Amino acid sequence: MAIRTKPDHQRYTFEGFGSAKYPNLMLRGAGDLNNWPLAVYESKHEGYAGMRKALQMEPGAVIEDVKTSGIRGRGGAGFPAGLKWSFMPKDTAERKFTRYLVINADEGEPGTFKDRAILEYNPHQLIEGCIIAAYAMQANTCYVYIRGEFLWLIEKLEAAIEEAKAKGYLGKDILGSGFDLEILVHRGAGAYICGEETALLNSLEGRRGEPRVKPPFPAAKGVFGAPTTINNVETIAAVAPILRMGGAEYAKLGTPKNTGTRVFCLSGHIKRPGLYELPLGVPLDFILNDLAGGSSTGKKIKAVIPGGASAPVFSEKEFSTPMDFDAVRNAGSMAGSGGVIVLDEDTCMVQACLRLIRFYAHESCGQCTPCREGCNWMEMILHRIEHGQGRTEDLDLLASMTPNIAGKTLCALGDAACGPMDSILQKFRHEFVHHIEHKTCMVSGHRLLAHVGAH
Amino acid sequence: MNHPQPPETSDKPLATGERLPKTELKDFGPEAVKEILAIAAKYPDKLAATLPALHIAQRDFGFVGLDAMKAVAKALSIPEGHVFGVASFYSMYQKHPVGRHHIQVCTNISCALRGAAKLLEKVSERTGVEPGAGPSADGEWSVEEVECLASCGSGPCLQVNHDIYDEDVDEAKLESILEGCKRGEYRAWAK
Repeated sequence: MAIRTKPDHQRYTFEGFGSAKYPNLMLRGAGDLNNWPLAVYESKHEGYAGMRKALQMEPGAVIEDVKTSGIRGRGGAGFPAGLKWSFMPKDTAERKFTRYLVINADEGEPGTFKDRAILEYNPHQLIEGCIIAAYAMQANTCYVYIRGEFLWLIEKLEAAIEEAKAKGYLGKDILGSGFDLEILVHRGAGAYICGEETALLNSLEGRRGEPRVKPPFPAAKGVFGAPTTINNVETIAAVAPILRMGGAEYAKLGTPKNTGTRVFCLSGHIKRPGLYELPLGVPLDFILNDLAGGSSTGKKIKAVIPGGASAPVFSEKEFSTPMDFDAVRNAGSMAGSGGVIVLDEDTCMVQACLRLIRFYAHESCGQCTPCREGCNWMEMILHRIEHGQGRTEDLDLLASMTPNIAGKTLCALGDAACGPMDSILQKFRHEFVHHIEHKTCMVSGHRLLAHVGAH
Repeated sequence: MNHPQPPETSDKPLATGERLPKTELKDFGPEAVKEILAIAAKYPDKLAATLPALHIAQRDFGFVGLDAMKAVAKALSIPEGHVFGVASFYSMYQKHPVGRHHIQVCTNISCALRGAAKLLEKVSERTGVEPGAGPSADGEWSVEEVECLASCGSGPCLQVNHDIYDEDVDEAKLESILEGCKRGEYRAWAK
């Protein structure tokens, strides 16, 4: 097994982390490369206490407890996890179901690196969460879909699974409860679209990662035609502390409809980038200035992408937004996967926009015409603006394209491309106009595009 | 139209009629077939083993050319067309030969804000290979521009052959990585 020996450069803590105000539920021991084995997880981090408690309860009561906790999916959409679990069909006298639990560890959203930390330092917390979730839904097989680049994390998770098996936490009749569970790790092969849940199912079945038509939703017809629930790594890992402390206690964290803590990933022009586990509802400017030390370049922060690359951009007047699902949505963006990307005032927004749209044009699976053609055309138009051949009418052309992509595709990748496109064009239109009139960037402190390769 | 077209990205799809380069190996050895069938047995449907089998093909063949795809189809008794469709969809299956040290540089937004553009140029200059252009003459290097590697807080970031990646890469660090490659500290590609 390839155990990471190089020191980790990420920052996982901040002043006051681990106190009652900022409890540490997801990042226990993060940064310590010897933190992953089962013995450490059990002795130092109250490991598998939640699982023992859950196995004493009725499966339905576990779902109720997760519903009480109010946790919303941490993968992007923010759908209440307990509710999602309750959609799974129950066995009846006439029909017995094979049910699957699938964990989405295809972390590919630019600006997000939280799942990687959980897999690196607390794989057992994920396994514990899997056991609880699978028990609640009475699924006997759990697939963990990990992106192909995380080869060493796959080996680490497999080693952790072996440890759990040896202890009797996985396999047949777990701790005498009569419940069986097997966890299988499936390696992806480099496609951002496989983070979309039905594309992930297709990829898991060995097909091209193209999103499916919904309905039927995965809870009715998922992987291998059987009822399936797909959850993000962070959501499932959070289930372990929820069961341990009780749903009602967990619900006291955060704000009433946005409970609990989540891991924010800070990157870009910020003095102390890294992972910050915070209760939901902490204002963005407090995170940026008080916790992360403000801009790294000494220049003012111009824009922030609050929820991974798919989220519409915030400009200065929205910096006071509390970081929870509803408040961020009301402010015109989305909390998404928790990736907070900071851009200082020396960043050319046209370049940033082109860089983002190029990603979507590249990662579009090609199934739906609006997204396949639209993203490519947006990239080409932005490319010519960036290279000094833009025309004034290009801006209206770009603005007219997004309504024809967003909401007109099978999955949310089209919408994800339109979010940044629309918001950057709207909020930083003067930079586009400057580009077209003067054939050069308005500010050029940072060069985002290389002179070799695809540019 | 008379405006600059963005060039193709490095993992460009195959053009119509383009032939894939030939691999030396023509079929799996018996060990590899056993390995693939063991994986297939873990799923309710053997089709699900397509992705893992292609990973094994890439390891054994060096890259996923037509022979590798045919071998996967044969080992799993599934249609060749299906394997081709899957292999051409995913960017991690290299359809062309790569160098013994395949350097993948993340140039997505978070890394770009922290200097990935300069890093990519530097990597390209030091190895003498254009991103996506195939291996250098001695077969030692190839460079690829990739999307987010989930190291956003500590970018710019690069990965050599799917080994553990290097973060916060500046010029000095890049030199030590390239030296490390020459000394054989990284597992060679597909080994």
